Amino acid sequence: MAKSTAPKPVEELTYENALAELKEIVNALEAETASLEQAMSLFERGQALVKRCTQLLDKAELKVKRLSGADLVDFEEE
Amino acid sequence: MQPSLFAAVQWTVSTLTKYIRDVLESDVRLEDIWVEGEVSNYSRPASGHVYFTLKDAGASLRCVMWRTTAVRLDLSLRDGVAVAAHGRIGVYEAGGQYQLYVDRLTPAGEGALYQEFLRLKAELEAEGLFAIERKRPIPAIPRRIGIVTSATGAALKDVLNTLRRRLPMAEAFVAPSAVQGDEAPAQIIHALNHLNAMRPRPDVILLVRGGGSIEDLWAFNDPNVVRAVAASEAPVVCGVGHETDFTLSDFAADLRAPTPTAAAELATQVSVYDLRERLRTAAAQLGDLVTGSLEQGRDELETAVKELRHYSPVRRIQSERQGMDDVSRRLRFAIGQGLALQGSEMAGWHQRLAALSPLEVLARGYAVVTRKSDGVVIRKVIQATGAIHVRVSDGGFDAKVGPGAP
Repeated sequence: MAKSTAPKPVEELTYENALAELKEIVNALEAETASLEQAMSLFERGQALVKRCTQLLDKAELKVKRLSGADLVDFEEE
Repeated sequence: MQPSLFAAVQWTVSTLTKYIRDVLESDVRLEDIWVEGEVSNYSRPASGHVYFTLKDAGASLRCVMWRTTAVRLDLSLRDGVAVAAHGRIGVYEAGGQYQLYVDRLTPAGEGALYQEFLRLKAELEAEGLFAIERKRPIPAIPRRIGIVTSATGAALKDVLNTLRRRLPMAEAFVAPSAVQGDEAPAQIIHALNHLNAMRPRPDVILLVRGGGSIEDLWAFNDPNVVRAVAASEAPVVCGVGHETDFTLSDFAADLRAPTPTAAAELATQVSVYDLRERLRTAAAQLGDLVTGSLEQGRDELETAVKELRHYSPVRRIQSERQGMDDVSRRLRFAIGQGLALQGSEMAGWHQRLAALSPLEVLARGYAVVTRKSDGVVIRKVIQATGAIHVRVSDGGFDAKVGPGAP
């Protein structure tokens, strides 16, 4: 987690990235090296990540594409 | 004819038949054989066992298939069908017959295919394509899943439904291919290459097909298909046919699944249910950690407040104030003392002053005469000139020195 740069808005994170960051945050909080202020902002970020992940899981719909020559086309299921 | 001196050993039918049985059944070459022929005299009595004769142009062979084998057979046997039977040669002593105890039966031609299967298996195994060390792990949460199968088969439907249920965040890429017939091997290879050429490459490829006869599944035994499976850069899960069907692609794949649905399940070891569970755990952990750190913060704060109170200026001010009271009391005391002291001293001096007062002398009738010109006290006659001032006990008056009368 790059702390120097502003964190990406959670809305732009993929599920994997969001979950990975969430784990890092939990680890960081467990290590107890963060200041209380840092811990609070980590926690808020963590909550946002949890929300993001939950949304992604709730909304997820399997995307199916079909390889056609060099292209990917929508796959029409019968 | 003379009787022989040494009479020939007199066999009983039983011992002879037993002997023949031992001879036949001790020949290992007769223990594991494939025989091709045409079925005749097919019968299946109430016992469920199946009896028939295999024959070709020159000979016939009695065959028995026990009920347990017969029920597993999805081949409708009848007279005139050409089959390949596998089993061992044994002797039925009561009937005086040697016969084939059949444990596997396929339509004619499949026996040869099975032989081919074994030959190819040995060949590809020698190439090292089936080595355990080659097997790569299947990613636990694949994001991109390639699928090689018929675009119209039930297998694809099963796979997509399974993926939809278990890992809907994934993307599925279908590389359609014929999965049986002469075109199938080339198309399967092309589909595998196509998926491997994608960027980003799929995390895993499912190579699947529904059930069928050994001939239907043969494309998956094609040596070039098997090599393409082994060469795939993305790990391959192979799910062809039913649980009992094995193809050489199964051996070359990183993971063999018994069916297409199972392939999709094995490729999604961590399902969305597991992910939700993990998320719940992480969220709970997060909450606990922060509650913990908040509590710790609160404790620290309390300690700090106590310390702060201890070193507070209020305390100092209070103690200063007390000190001040002390000092001022001492001051007041000191001043009081001083005044008293000075008062008594003053009285002494006052007395002494009073004792020295000239007024006392003046009251006795004396006067102090001073020269007006310079205020000098006239003590001698010679000093008495001009205007003078005479001070008596109750005041004074001026006078003038005149010529002296005798």
